[in-house]
Amino acid sequence: MIKIDNIDKWYDDFHVLKGCSLEVERGEVIVICGPSGSGKSTLIKCVNALEPVDSGRIVVEETDVTARGTKLPLVRARIGMVFQHFELFPHKTVIENLMMGQIKVLKRSREAAREKAESLLKRVGLADQAQKYPSALSGGQQQRVAIARALAMDPIAMCFDEPTSALDPEMISEVLDVMVELAKEGMTMMVVTHEMGFARRVARRVVFMDQGEVKEIADTDTFFRNPETDRAKEFLSKILAH
Amino acid sequence: MGDFDFQVIIESLPFLFDGLLISFQLTFLALIAGLAWGTILAVMRIWGPAPLRWFSAVYVNIFRSIPLILVIFWFYFLVPLLIGRPVGNFTSALIAFSLFEAAYYAEIMRAGLNSVSRGQVYAGLAIGLSPRQNLQYVILPQAFRNMIPVLLTQAIILFQDTSLVYVVALSDFMTSASVVAKVEGRLAEMYLFAALVYFVICFSGSLLVKHLQKKKVA
Repeated sequence: MIKIDNIDKWYDDFHVLKGCSLEVERGEVIVICGPSGSGKSTLIKCVNALEPVDSGRIVVEETDVTARGTKLPLVRARIGMVFQHFELFPHKTVIENLMMGQIKVLKRSREAAREKAESLLKRVGLADQAQKYPSALSGGQQQRVAIARALAMDPIAMCFDEPTSALDPEMISEVLDVMVELAKEGMTMMVVTHEMGFARRVARRVVFMDQGEVKEIADTDTFFRNPETDRAKEFLSKILAH
Repeated sequence: MGDFDFQVIIESLPFLFDGLLISFQLTFLALIAGLAWGTILAVMRIWGPAPLRWFSAVYVNIFRSIPLILVIFWFYFLVPLLIGRPVGNFTSALIAFSLFEAAYYAEIMRAGLNSVSRGQVYAGLAIGLSPRQNLQYVILPQAFRNMIPVLLTQAIILFQDTSLVYVVALSDFMTSASVVAKVEGRLAEMYLFAALVYFVICFSGSLLVKHLQKKKVA
C-alpha cells in the first residue's frame, strides 16, 4: 500500500535520508525507531510529501507522491498525520478542528462534518470537550483530538510522528490506548516512537534507522529477541535498560 | 486662566465634530486598505517568486524612507494627473495614507506570518488543504491574532498622522480646530482642546492595547 523506494534527501549539505526503502502492506502496523537525528521523522513526513525527496519514489496506493504534477492535497487528505506537538489549530474549537478538513477538502456539508466529528470525539472519549479551544485541554487530550482530526478525513493509512514524546508520563497511555484500538481495527499505521511496549503489542514489523539509513527491518519478535545489527543491539540495550 | 474663553469651543463643537468624523473616516478606510495591501505585500515577500519578493522589499523600503507629508502632497498632484481628472483632497489623501501605511502593515504582517510555527503549516497541509487554503484558514488568522496589539498601535499612530492632511486643505479635526483658532483669535484654547481630544482618543487606544497584550500572555 505504501512503497518507499530508495529515497534520498538532503538538507543543504546534510544527507538526512540515504537510500531508504520500505514497504507497508494494507492493515500492517510498522514501528520506526532509532536514535534521535536518525531521519525517522523526516522519512515519515516524506510519505505525504510534507518534505519533498531529492531522489527515489514513494507510491501510496498507485499514486506516485514524488511525481511532478501529483495533486498533493488529495493524497495528503487520505493519509492521516499525527504530530509530536499535536498541532491543533489554536484559533478553532475542538469540533471545528475536526470539521475544517472535511468541509474545505472533502466538501462535506457542515451537518455531515459535525456528525462525523461528534462520533469521532466520542470514540476518543472527548465528546464533552467539543466546544473548548485546544489550549484548554491537557496534552493527552489534545493528542487524542489530533488523532480524531486525522480520522475525520477517512484516511487509508495513518502516520504518527513521535505521538507521545511531548506528553507527561501519566498521559501517554490514554493516547496509546486509542492507537492500539486503531491498530486492532485494521488501520494501516506507520509509527515513529520510542514506546517499545506499544511496538511489542501491535507492530508486525519494526524498522530501525540510524544516521539516515534503514539499518534493519525485522518482525517485531525477532527484532526484540535477536536484533541483527550491533547498532540496533546497542540502541535496544539503552532504551530497555530500565 | 481667567482669559480663557471656553464658550468658543462649545460654539464650534458641531464644526469640530464634522472634522473629527473626517479624521475617523480617513483612519478607518486607510487602515482597511493599508492592512489588505500590506498583507498581500507580506505574503509576496515571504512566499512570492523572486520578482514579487523584490518588488515588495523595494516598495516597503521606499515608503518607509520618505516622510508621510511628502507622500500626501505628491498624491494630491499625482493622482489627478494619472487619471486625468480631479479626485478631491479626501480621495487623494486616502490613497496616499493607504499606500504609505501598507508599507508598515506589510512589515507587521511579515512578522505575524513568521510567528506561525512550521508545525501549524504542516498540520494544515496534512489534512489536505491547498497552500492557498492553508494561508487563508490556518496561517493568516493566527498571524492576525498574534499581531493585534501591534496593528492597533500602528492604527493609533495612523490616527495621529491624519492631522497632516492640512497640507492639502482637507478639513479634518486638526484643520478645523486651527480654522476656528485663527478666525476667532483663540489659539491657546483651541490648540489645547485639540491636544486633549487627541490625547483622550489615543490614550484609550493604548489602554486597549495593554489590555489585549495582558490577555494574550494569560
